Amino acid sequence: MLEIKNLHAGIEGKGILKGINLTVKAGEIHAIMGPNGSGKSTLSAVIAGNETYEVTEGDVILENESILELSPDERAHKGIFMSFQYPIEIPGVSTTNFIKTAINEKRKANGLEELPAKDMLKMIREKSELLEMDRKFLSRSLNEGFSGGEKKKNEIFQMAMLEPKLAILDETDSGLDIDALKIVANGINKLRTKDNAVIIITHYQRLLDYIIPDFVHVLYNGKIVKSGGKELAHELEEKGYDWVKDL
Amino acid sequence: MSLQEKLISSFMVLENRGKVDLDSTIHDIRCKAMASFEEKGFPTKKDEEWKYTSLKAILNHDYSVFPESESAIEFKEVKKYFLHEIESYKLVFIDGVYSSFLSDTTHEGYDICLMSSAFKKPKYKMVLDNFFNKLAQQKNSLTDLNTAFSLEGAYINIGKNIVLPKPIEIINFYTGNEKEILLHPRNLIIVGENSHVQIIERHQSLGSNVVLTNAVTEIFVNKRAIIDYYKIQNDQSNASLIDNTFVQQKEHSIASVNTYSFGGKLTRNNVEFYHEGEHVESHINGISILNEKQHVDNHTLIEHKFPNCESFELYKGIYDDASTGVFNGKVIVRRDAQKTNAFQQNNNILIGDKASIYAKPQLEIFADDVKCSHGCTIGQLDENAMFYMQSRGIPAKEAKALLLYAFSNEVVEKIKIPELKARITKLIANKLGVELGFQL
Repeated sequence: MLEIKNLHAGIEGKGILKGINLTVKAGEIHAIMGPNGSGKSTLSAVIAGNETYEVTEGDVILENESILELSPDERAHKGIFMSFQYPIEIPGVSTTNFIKTAINEKRKANGLEELPAKDMLKMIREKSELLEMDRKFLSRSLNEGFSGGEKKKNEIFQMAMLEPKLAILDETDSGLDIDALKIVANGINKLRTKDNAVIIITHYQRLLDYIIPDFVHVLYNGKIVKSGGKELAHELEEKGYDWVKDL
Repeated sequence: MSLQEKLISSFMVLENRGKVDLDSTIHDIRCKAMASFEEKGFPTKKDEEWKYTSLKAILNHDYSVFPESESAIEFKEVKKYFLHEIESYKLVFIDGVYSSFLSDTTHEGYDICLMSSAFKKPKYKMVLDNFFNKLAQQKNSLTDLNTAFSLEGAYINIGKNIVLPKPIEIINFYTGNEKEILLHPRNLIIVGENSHVQIIERHQSLGSNVVLTNAVTEIFVNKRAIIDYYKIQNDQSNASLIDNTFVQQKEHSIASVNTYSFGGKLTRNNVEFYHEGEHVESHINGISILNEKQHVDNHTLIEHKFPNCESFELYKGIYDDASTGVFNGKVIVRRDAQKTNAFQQNNNILIGDKASIYAKPQLEIFADDVKCSHGCTIGQLDENAMFYMQSRGIPAKEAKALLLYAFSNEVVEKIKIPELKARITKLIANKLGVELGFQL
């Protein structure tokens, strides 16, 4: 599904990613772990199309097509979703209206009619129940005055609504208490199908107790220095990140 | 002949034509105002209060001062400019002349009628003697000019204990029958004790001709009365508006003045509040969304003279292309005005590379036990927020509009008439050039 080839990227001439290679197949969950400053968030931002970062070498291919020339919204229309570490607040626009706009823009781009209001409401009800969200939040302004946990739930709710092919979860576990973490993880697990894939970017191993990854990659200094199965996450938790610096 | 010279000779014509009563006290007021205008002339950029707003270009026209022909407009042509979803009282003026056909006035229980009748009819004399020009007197040469030439406008006098069942719309249409026209609408509004009034004002050109409106509104708010005044400034690109609004408030009254400046070539809002009693609440809110070479100058003044009063000011501006904005918000807290709460906030977003904003918050505090704050920001669109929206599949243009809408939302939320709120939201969406997939 996704193929990252020798990806180099940076900001204002300063290199951050220094040759990433990664292949993600449909149905897989990949975890990318690494110490602060290793390039984790840069990687997710580059895949999602944040124009602050400049790609200097390499390619990102989604379903046999390079996406580097596409704008973030065009990438979203092709099925990429990124959950933000710090979701923004939009006063005056309710979560419901925001997600309706997003879904219909995506449908429009894919040559589909707008989703009928009845179907939209049904979907909103199902997905919000999946994440045990208080319905009140949906009519409130997007993320305005939400706690950290509510914001993250809202991100996964939007992911559930948009049904992406590839979801990138950037530090989704940060700011979550253990109950919220379980609910969010449960939601993500239920959204898993054989046709979609998930990349989890995280500093800590704890989210991976609830979402079992197929592969774990360690990112350090802009490169994947080690890849392995889920046991690699435990090894990292035990030994700390200093261990990878010597790899 | 300069415009000033033309106006001086026009004033003589006004007197000779018998349009004004030469014996009245009003006539004395007019003559004094004209003398004051003659002495001061139009403001220039040398004047501190006009440092960033030049009138030169808009004064350099051969304006007709009195419309020659009476014009009629079909309601269906202008229906969209009314808040037609709900009932309202209507005071409609076409090229400065009252249109009884489009209006809906009343004298039952209270007066919602015309300045021209108030000027003429003896029964209004006492009210005019007590209130006319009491707030606008010698404020500046433009208010003087309005006082000298004012023949028409809204006269609204609401007695005690009346909650108006519907809002009042004051709409000035300009037909474009005159090539270039200068008008001086004059409104006098008196809200009696415990009464509650909502007013929506609009200036609208129907053609693309040059229009300059120099308006003055005096508002007297009595004890425990409430007034909400909304000004929609969304005119054609050749129309300019100089608006002077003065509000005097007695104890326990609440007044709000709201300006929505989206259209026009040049808009100047002078809004001033004067307190005449304790426990007064004053609100002033505004949104300016400009593009091309538009210019808006918001000059506000709130004078706290009595203890225990509050004022809240919120002005937001979005400036695209080569548009310019001025915000000059002055709050004065006099020595006796202890326990004053005065808050002022001014936020601006510059989108256009050539856009500019001159922001000047001014607080003059002479009392020592007060809470006053002011905040002023000038920024650009948040790139992170743009990325967030785009990553959800919302294209850049819509994402930008949604963010700018969110930015102005705090001001929109203060509108108390739901239909008006919906209308302003739509005007904002139009101005930002998007059709959003839902009703905001």
